[in-house]
Amino acid sequence: MARRQVTIDGNEAAAYVAHKTNEVCAIYPITPSSNMGEWADQWSSEGKTNIWGTIPSVVELQSEGGASGAVHGALQTGALTSTFTASQGLLLMIPNMFKIAGELTSTVFHVSARAVAAHALSIFGDHSDVMAVRATGWSLLCSSSVQEIMDMALIAQAATLEGRIPVLHFFDGFRSSHEVQKIEQLTDDDMKAMINDDLVRAHRARALSPDHPVLRGSAQNPDVFFQARERCNPFYTAFPAIVQKTMDKFAQVVGRQYHLFDYVGAPDAERVLIMMGSGAEAAQEAVEYLVARGEKVGLVKVRLFRPFSMDAFLGAIPKTVTSIAVLDRHKEPGAVGEPMYQDVLTAFGERLAEGTLPFPFPKVLGGRYGLSSKEFTPAMVKAVFDNLSAAKPKNHFTVGIEDDVTHLSLAYDPLFITEGEGVIRCHFYGLGSDGTVGANKNTIKIIGEDTPNFAQGYFVYDSKKAGSITVSHLRFGPKPIHSTYLVSSANFVACHAFVFLEKFDMLKAAAPGSVFLLNSPFGPEEVWDKMPRSVQQQIIDKGLKFYVIDGYKVAKDSGMGGRVNTIMQTCFFAISGVLPKDEAIAAIKGSIKKTYGSKGEEIVRKNYEAVDQTLANLFEVKVPAKATSTFEKPAVVSAKAPDYVRNVLAKIIANEGDDLPVSSMPMDGTFPTATAQWEKRNIALEIPVWDEKICIQCGKCALVCPHAAIRIKVYDATLLGKAPATFKSSDYKGVEFKGMKYTVQVAPEDCTGCAECAFICPAKDKANIKHKSLDMADQIPLREPERENYDFFLALPEVDRTAVKVDTVKGSQFLQPLFEYSGACAGCGETPYIKLLTQLFGDRAVIANATGCSSIYGGNLPTTPYAVDPSGRGPAWSNSLFEDNAEFGYGFRLTFDKQRDYGHELLKKMAERIGSELVEGLLSEPQMDELGISRQRARVFALKQKLSAEKDEDAKNLLSVADALVKKSVWIVGGDGWAYDIGFGGLDHVLASGRNVNVLVLDTEVYSNTGGQCSKATPTGAVAKFAAGGKSLPKKDLGLLAATYGNIYVARVAMGANDNQTVKAFLEAEAYDGPSLIIAYSHCIAHGFNMTEGMQHQKEAVECGAWPLFRFNPDMALAGKNPLKLDSKAPKLAFADYAMKETRFKMLTKSHPAESKHLMEAAQKANLQRWRVYEQLAATNYGDGQDGQDK
Amino acid sequence: MDLSTKYLGLDLKNPLVAGAGPLSRDLDTLRHMEDAGISAAVLDSLFEEQIRHDEGELDHFLTQGTESFAEALSYFPEPSDYKRGPEEYLEYIAKAKKKVSIPIIASLNGVSAGGWMGYAKKMQEAGADAIELNIYYLPTNPTLSGAHVEKMYVDAVTAVKTAVTIPVAIKVGPFFSNMAYTAHQLSEAGADGLVLFNRFYQPDIDLDTLEVVPNLVLSSPAEMRLPLRWIALLYGRVGCDLAGSSGIHRSEDVIKTIMAGASCVQLCSALIVHGVRRATEILKGVEGWMTEHEYESVAQMRGSLSQNNCPEPAAFERANYMKVLQSYK
Repeated sequence: MARRQVTIDGNEAAAYVAHKTNEVCAIYPITPSSNMGEWADQWSSEGKTNIWGTIPSVVELQSEGGASGAVHGALQTGALTSTFTASQGLLLMIPNMFKIAGELTSTVFHVSARAVAAHALSIFGDHSDVMAVRATGWSLLCSSSVQEIMDMALIAQAATLEGRIPVLHFFDGFRSSHEVQKIEQLTDDDMKAMINDDLVRAHRARALSPDHPVLRGSAQNPDVFFQARERCNPFYTAFPAIVQKTMDKFAQVVGRQYHLFDYVGAPDAERVLIMMGSGAEAAQEAVEYLVARGEKVGLVKVRLFRPFSMDAFLGAIPKTVTSIAVLDRHKEPGAVGEPMYQDVLTAFGERLAEGTLPFPFPKVLGGRYGLSSKEFTPAMVKAVFDNLSAAKPKNHFTVGIEDDVTHLSLAYDPLFITEGEGVIRCHFYGLGSDGTVGANKNTIKIIGEDTPNFAQGYFVYDSKKAGSITVSHLRFGPKPIHSTYLVSSANFVACHAFVFLEKFDMLKAAAPGSVFLLNSPFGPEEVWDKMPRSVQQQIIDKGLKFYVIDGYKVAKDSGMGGRVNTIMQTCFFAISGVLPKDEAIAAIKGSIKKTYGSKGEEIVRKNYEAVDQTLANLFEVKVPAKATSTFEKPAVVSAKAPDYVRNVLAKIIANEGDDLPVSSMPMDGTFPTATAQWEKRNIALEIPVWDEKICIQCGKCALVCPHAAIRIKVYDATLLGKAPATFKSSDYKGVEFKGMKYTVQVAPEDCTGCAECAFICPAKDKANIKHKSLDMADQIPLREPERENYDFFLALPEVDRTAVKVDTVKGSQFLQPLFEYSGACAGCGETPYIKLLTQLFGDRAVIANATGCSSIYGGNLPTTPYAVDPSGRGPAWSNSLFEDNAEFGYGFRLTFDKQRDYGHELLKKMAERIGSELVEGLLSEPQMDELGISRQRARVFALKQKLSAEKDEDAKNLLSVADALVKKSVWIVGGDGWAYDIGFGGLDHVLASGRNVNVLVLDTEVYSNTGGQCSKATPTGAVAKFAAGGKSLPKKDLGLLAATYGNIYVARVAMGANDNQTVKAFLEAEAYDGPSLIIAYSHCIAHGFNMTEGMQHQKEAVECGAWPLFRFNPDMALAGKNPLKLDSKAPKLAFADYAMKETRFKMLTKSHPAESKHLMEAAQKANLQRWRVYEQLAATNYGDGQDGQDK
Repeated sequence: MDLSTKYLGLDLKNPLVAGAGPLSRDLDTLRHMEDAGISAAVLDSLFEEQIRHDEGELDHFLTQGTESFAEALSYFPEPSDYKRGPEEYLEYIAKAKKKVSIPIIASLNGVSAGGWMGYAKKMQEAGADAIELNIYYLPTNPTLSGAHVEKMYVDAVTAVKTAVTIPVAIKVGPFFSNMAYTAHQLSEAGADGLVLFNRFYQPDIDLDTLEVVPNLVLSSPAEMRLPLRWIALLYGRVGCDLAGSSGIHRSEDVIKTIMAGASCVQLCSALIVHGVRRATEILKGVEGWMTEHEYESVAQMRGSLSQNNCPEPAAFERANYMKVLQSYK
């Protein structure tokens, strides 16, 4: 069987071998490894077999802990079993990894190595997760490139079967897992040649079986545990040789030779670098460059890190070595040095003591690089070699950052570039929604598979989900590409959205004489004057060839909507000349057919049409000799922003965070809140325009806005005196603020244009029904006047919280949102609930947030949407982990309760000094409403005044806990992946604790943040990743489970179906002096529908019985009433009528029609049955003969 | 007694054809219709808009939000194979052919020239015995001439006829400035039959929501008069077969339509309202009437009261309109 050249990423390469050489995969999604499991699941669902001709069984667990347990069990019963994970996921597997290794079990885990959360979470790559499992007894085998990932995956599988040591095969998260490269794909024959079936059968023979029973997993005592632990030593001693033997066999079969430690560089090198992972590729490029220029340098690439073979290691180092730098992609605070540095020193020291060190003891320096995918370039490699040559070299150095605190960093010259001639290097700036990345992936495939050229693609994504920006880094060239770093000198820069010109310095990386392609609504004659002056100057100074195309016009004309991907791709081929034009167009069309063919001829036709229209619309711009523009790029943030925002966060916003020094970062991960307000993103094409004349003042627009970008206020009419000319207002219609003015105001630069407000707006013009009180209109002409209006609006006083009817939709919306302008998807279904939470309780809320979408839009740098009120109060927020969020928040409660109790004790003790009236008030205030809270705050203020002058310990202690005397609202927030799956055990325990915590489950019925994997909240009939054939099992009824305790307040809400019930549920949950659980239907982009209509989908979910609304209030039971109140009516809509409007359900009709029909019927039936159960529960007599329904 | 008839070159055991509608969506119902005496079935239409919409929608929502955010580069598993609407339809034709022995007429609904017309050929390949091209076009552009609209119809017929070798019937509405001329043109373009008439569902206004809503109303027997007249007028004047459709609910409706000149009638609302067994009753009624009035065959009846053959040709023309109004007074 001939080997094919394929263009794939590292995750696919690993999954390919794993799926071919295993029988069972037990998985759980975690970035950046999720795709491996998804590939395996998809291949199995498509019936693809392993090399033994059977389809591997791929199952999803509730956590990585669960996945590793299932893997352990499957291994113990003899199946060839694997899993894929990273970071915290790997940490959750540690207990089972000790067991698996202790039992000498053959298996390979594939790990896309990722930073472990410490001061902050990071999804990006380094070796801190791998280093955390060194003690488990696993072999650690590293790959540095996509080709190596495929090769090592097979070598690992073959070696573990022979050596019985489990292998953790790892590679760098994102840099290797997501880098697309042209590689040679191993064949089934290769794998069959490498895997010894006798060893597979031996693995099976060791399995647990009642037919030849054994006991494994005994408990041992001090007498023998130690001896038994040492019993495995021979296997570890033998394993390096087994791995090398396997690598040698691989070389015979496939032709690529690897060693435990591979050396590249001068044979007589004096300065040698030791490292592993993708950075070694960049280092190799630098070493080859330097050696070609006469430098005596070399590089040892570590493949097998554990078991560490001293012989093989020392054998790989030239005897001429005088100095060594060991680079760890890891930080171990407080250690003598990082792990590999210590291993190297230990190896040298041991052999020196034995007298067998093959060269004089060299100078050995340890350094750190590349944490969280920090760039690692040949320039940095050069700096490391220079450090080795320095008279006073730095040890325990860092490279790639500027450390102005401990001064450990090495300076480097960013202009040191080693990339060879003949490599085409490109930057493509795209909008997430325009398909740029997808088209670039196709381009790489075209060039990789249709030409002899090598191709590489790496993609930098946004941390925002709405209006996100992508930067694609592509390289093409005649030789294999080792440049595992971003393109810093591009000879082709494409800007796919005109607005980026004002946001980023995208021509900074343009090489002199390179090409600049701009998607511009302005033609070749007029575009020049529309560009900022600095951009013009760069084009002139660098002598760029400048092309424009109106991609949006071509896309519109060819029916492509806003997707300019194939158009810009065609331009790239036409200008770059990588392929002859006709061949390129044929190849693009071929790739279109391949990509979209299965979705329909119409899609293919539209794309063809776009390609055909492109060249006629592509123009070269005659570049004038002088920059003539009269405007510049606007400031990244307002000059009014706080210093920290201007000096630090603004840099991150402008993509210049790499330049920030260590001192600019907080020492413990603590950041100020209320920073999103400074990041004016201007991503909406259209924003709502308010017609005050027909507004009915319901407040729904503000309630549903996911970004707090449309707000309402009531205020004194006299304040309008200084209003801007276009500021709108009307007389307030309610009785509570009679005589006051009312305004609905949009935040024009923060709105994402989702149009949920306009969709929900019930006020229609009687003479022209399509005109509502909120209509969407172009943002650009409105930006300036509405900015001024919004500033004026914000300056209007906030409403008196004690005067508002907070238990109504409108009343709640007068309260200031303390969650604003998040980076969540436009039209997000989760954020309106969080916003409501902050409006009602934000000034006294502490939020524990499970990892997931809500932690990303809540806490991903640069800015946070959590805000403060005029008094400086607002939600305090933290994210611990994914799995422990309930316990984390429970801990908050324990503290607040303890501090309150301690405060009460001190108050009583000091009552005489403080004054009995104040003490009595502080002790007895029930704080059940805004007025009570307000009174208590006044007392605490008075208390602090009194205590501030006191010097004794009691007074100082009371002062330090005085704030705890004001009721704190503890909120535990997370998604369904957390609540239903990974965190369920903890959630259950915390709910059962009886403590006053409030749990908000933002139920999107799928793992949204990691890209739509099935959770136990996924409803029957929905397609999700790991449920490609449709979820056949029912959704867990978390609400009912919690309600069975009897003492937990439970509400199931859907804002779009009953907003009033939602507001009431939040208030009741918070008021309930015990655990509360709110499960909130959150429509999501992963449902596949027009997000503008999210609230309508919520309504229909309720009407069809998929999401019955209820509140279960234990206080009712205490009063002898039925605690369950059904807040929705019996299902009246067919489930399919709701479901078929969402791609998650509808696509099953396309992929598995028969199954879809069956599941739709099953879901319909189950919804009705559940409703009947609820009805019966709600009708149960609790003592007074009343049921839970309103009579 | 010979109830057989020939329509589009197909030999039908009787003139009762199931018209395009929801009943033909189910294989078991198809079988029941055959058992009830139906002689051929027109399948529910494959809609041009549906093809375009479904494909666009699937692509749009599968790619929405993808390749934007590092942790979620996509939101759905991407099966390598989808059963798209047209493919399911084609598979259904093949299944229907296996399930029943009566002729199966596939229905294609649309007007513009485009890729979707390629489905006509695929319908033939899937085993359809004939195609009914349902041309549904509502011109709203006030600058578009009637001639232009008619040309679109003729072009569509030409395109489909070029693509297939099986017979093609054209189902049209009555809204032409000269129905007879258009019928003639369509026949000349190659149409093997004309189905008179399509019913255009008229939208309604919901006063609660102040929205314009679709409103499907089933046909009533009174509606059969319009096709009856035009079949009578066209019989013998155009080269192709004529089929009556709209409002045919009873055996007398069938007899009248055949006498006006139809080769067959299409039943749809009648079967939806009364069940497929209604076909058996209608057939029985037709047979009874023919026995009573000593007709030997359907062929004998066909066109016997067409405008050419009826004693009072003007009765089908405008003068008759005045008479009706006067008689009503």
